[in-house]
Amino acid sequence: MTLSSIIWTVVKILIVVGFIVNLSAILTWMERRQSAMMQDRVGPNRAEITVFGYKIRLFGLLYPIADAVKMFTKEDFIPPNADKVLHSLAPMLSLFPPLVVLGVVPFTDTLCLDNLHEVVQKNGVVASNWHFFSSWIEQPSCSLPGAKNFIDGCCVIGCQTAGVVHQPWAEHFGTCPANVAPGMIGAIHMQVIDFNPGVLYVFALAGMGIVGASIAGWSSDNKFSLMGGLRAASQLVSYEVAMGLSIVGAIMVYGTIRLDEMTRWQGDHVWGVFVQPLAFILFLTAAIAETKRAPFDLPEGESEIVAGYLVEYSGMKFGMFYMGEFIEIATSSALLVAIFLGGYNMPFLHRDGITIAVGDAVVWKQHIPHILVILMQAGAFFGKIFVLCWFQMFVRWTLPRFRYDQLMKLGWRMLLPAALANIFLTGVILIAFDRTGTEFQERMGVVGDFVNLATAIAITFVQLWIVIGFFGSTQPAIRRNAFNKRARSAGEIVEKALAS
Amino acid sequence: MPQPLVGSFPYDKVKGTAVPKPTRTASEQGYVSEITKGIAVTMTHFFKNTRAMVRGERPDPVVDPMSEGITTLEYPDQKRPYPERFRGVHRLTHRDDGSPRCVACLCCSTACPAQCIYIEAGEYGGKDKRHGYERYPVKFVIDELRCIFCGYCVEACPCDAIRMDTGVHPVPYDSRDQFIYGKNMLLAMASQAGKQKHENPRAEPPDADYGPIERLAGHH
Ligand code: SF4
Ligand code: SF4
Repeated sequence: MTLSSIIWTVVKILIVVGFIVNLSAILTWMERRQSAMMQDRVGPNRAEITVFGYKIRLFGLLYPIADAVKMFTKEDFIPPNADKVLHSLAPMLSLFPPLVVLGVVPFTDTLCLDNLHEVVQKNGVVASNWHFFSSWIEQPSCSLPGAKNFIDGCCVIGCQTAGVVHQPWAEHFGTCPANVAPGMIGAIHMQVIDFNPGVLYVFALAGMGIVGASIAGWSSDNKFSLMGGLRAASQLVSYEVAMGLSIVGAIMVYGTIRLDEMTRWQGDHVWGVFVQPLAFILFLTAAIAETKRAPFDLPEGESEIVAGYLVEYSGMKFGMFYMGEFIEIATSSALLVAIFLGGYNMPFLHRDGITIAVGDAVVWKQHIPHILVILMQAGAFFGKIFVLCWFQMFVRWTLPRFRYDQLMKLGWRMLLPAALANIFLTGVILIAFDRTGTEFQERMGVVGDFVNLATAIAITFVQLWIVIGFFGSTQPAIRRNAFNKRARSAGEIVEKALAS
Repeated sequence: MPQPLVGSFPYDKVKGTAVPKPTRTASEQGYVSEITKGIAVTMTHFFKNTRAMVRGERPDPVVDPMSEGITTLEYPDQKRPYPERFRGVHRLTHRDDGSPRCVACLCCSTACPAQCIYIEAGEYGGKDKRHGYERYPVKFVIDELRCIFCGYCVEACPCDAIRMDTGVHPVPYDSRDQFIYGKNMLLAMASQAGKQKHENPRAEPPDADYGPIERLAGHH
């Protein structure tokens, strides 16, 4: 391990943890404001600080800060008969796994450092080129014999860069050219841990979530806590099975359990949700169940067992459970994004820029500098996570809690058989697909391109719809319902009677 | 075949029969379509309300309290106006010269069911035009915490000297003694319209339309 790789690992950890922790803080705000918007309320918006005489409210975004202050300064109470060690250990056990799960999820495509400031040899002229933007503005043309176009500073037939022949990116997907300048690392994989278990690591750690909740329930010396812990244990075990099996179909299609390769497959073909729609729904359901939030919040079940395993927790220990819950939302969203929603990929955004192509017909092509591609991919990844978190909030604030037997029935008698059926179906289809000729497979590739096109159009449309809908200039009339109208007309009658 | 639960069932004829199980269609049982419908409802509300909030177009909670959308009243910043005859905390009305209208007759403290008015009566000085004619309150104390805001004191007062038209309800103070309003405090309060004077004119000794003091004459 070289020093630079250690530094890069630290940077990547900071990015992931910084994103996830801040997102969880924003999610606490989002949960309150979003539920308020859904229920025709205003929601919390009064937290206020005074800076140089200006009162700043920030739409209630200061509540997470106020919460943090409150939790850190509150008394940390441990019941007298509780197991003190385990009681303190449980919050850590429930906060830790969701924080580290994201280690294997790639948040952008492989970053090629050399590519950021490479020496381009063009027509025999060597030009040192920090081409962040320069190649965007002024795309150099290739006049080498046989060269067609210019990708990432290299002509398609390969170009000479300080003596090393670079291959075009299309053929070296995910890898970088050999080191050019001494002491540089060529490729930086944008995930913290670069190792093979991938999805298995995710499930191993997700399984630890049970341990935190059930230890908390057991060590608190409270029967409500114990019941909550028991419920948490059985619920999480049940849904872990369905979760694990639902993903097997996806693994069969992608042919890998590494999350970065899964993401890359989706970039090459289509998003996983289109090839594994059933698995997506099953995984989403199981992931929501794993976060222990409504409609699966039986371990907490305020109306039945007070707050379940959280009863005896106060101060920052409670805060850790609370944070862990929100981090889990973010984590499960990230996994869903990486496995089913294309990860950092956006339709038609490739390593060398945007290429809108259906089959062999290239509709539009625009070269984009490497660093911008990386930034756009990171934006896509984090943006998708945010949208999924937002969606999970909707589920949480729309659906009522299950009864316990319904929960178990759903887990074992619906999700599990459906996941098994999905595996079987996927296998059959995969074998059938392999038996078909290349012509059919090529045609399916074109279908995939059309799906990508539809996805791109849909995303653009939704964004436009939101922008126009929110900031367009139509003036909606105040909607008055019948009651209001009656109330108003009654008031007018009284006023007229008084005036006469 | 789905049946309506209420109405078709012959409750008057059959006794002790099990309640019929609600029939569900396949799509209801399948749960996914129902979830989609539910989320569609909440999303509609979310987008409408967020849009109204972002553009500052939410209905005025005071004018249109029953409209659709967010009609929450953000209390200390926005207030629903009290009706004109709302009984707020008391005030003592002023005469034209600024002295209290009250003649310390103790009618109000007698009428008060909560016994929260304390009055100490005093005579005007020898040179005062009202000397020998009427008295004035040296102390006039109302315990607003004991007051039940019945308004009997206002009804009882013969001189329109005490009123409850301030439109103010007692502020949540942090100690009990702050609820005890003295004479100066009560005199300082104004009506909802900002008036401190009385509303009903009354003839007093120096006024032109004031008749002879027969009562005094009779006594002498
Ligand atoms: S409002 Fe009623 S309770 Fe209050 S001071 Fe007047 S008479 Fe007494
Ligand atoms: S306020 Fe009215 S009723 Fe009470 S003592 Fe004064 S004059 Fe009499």
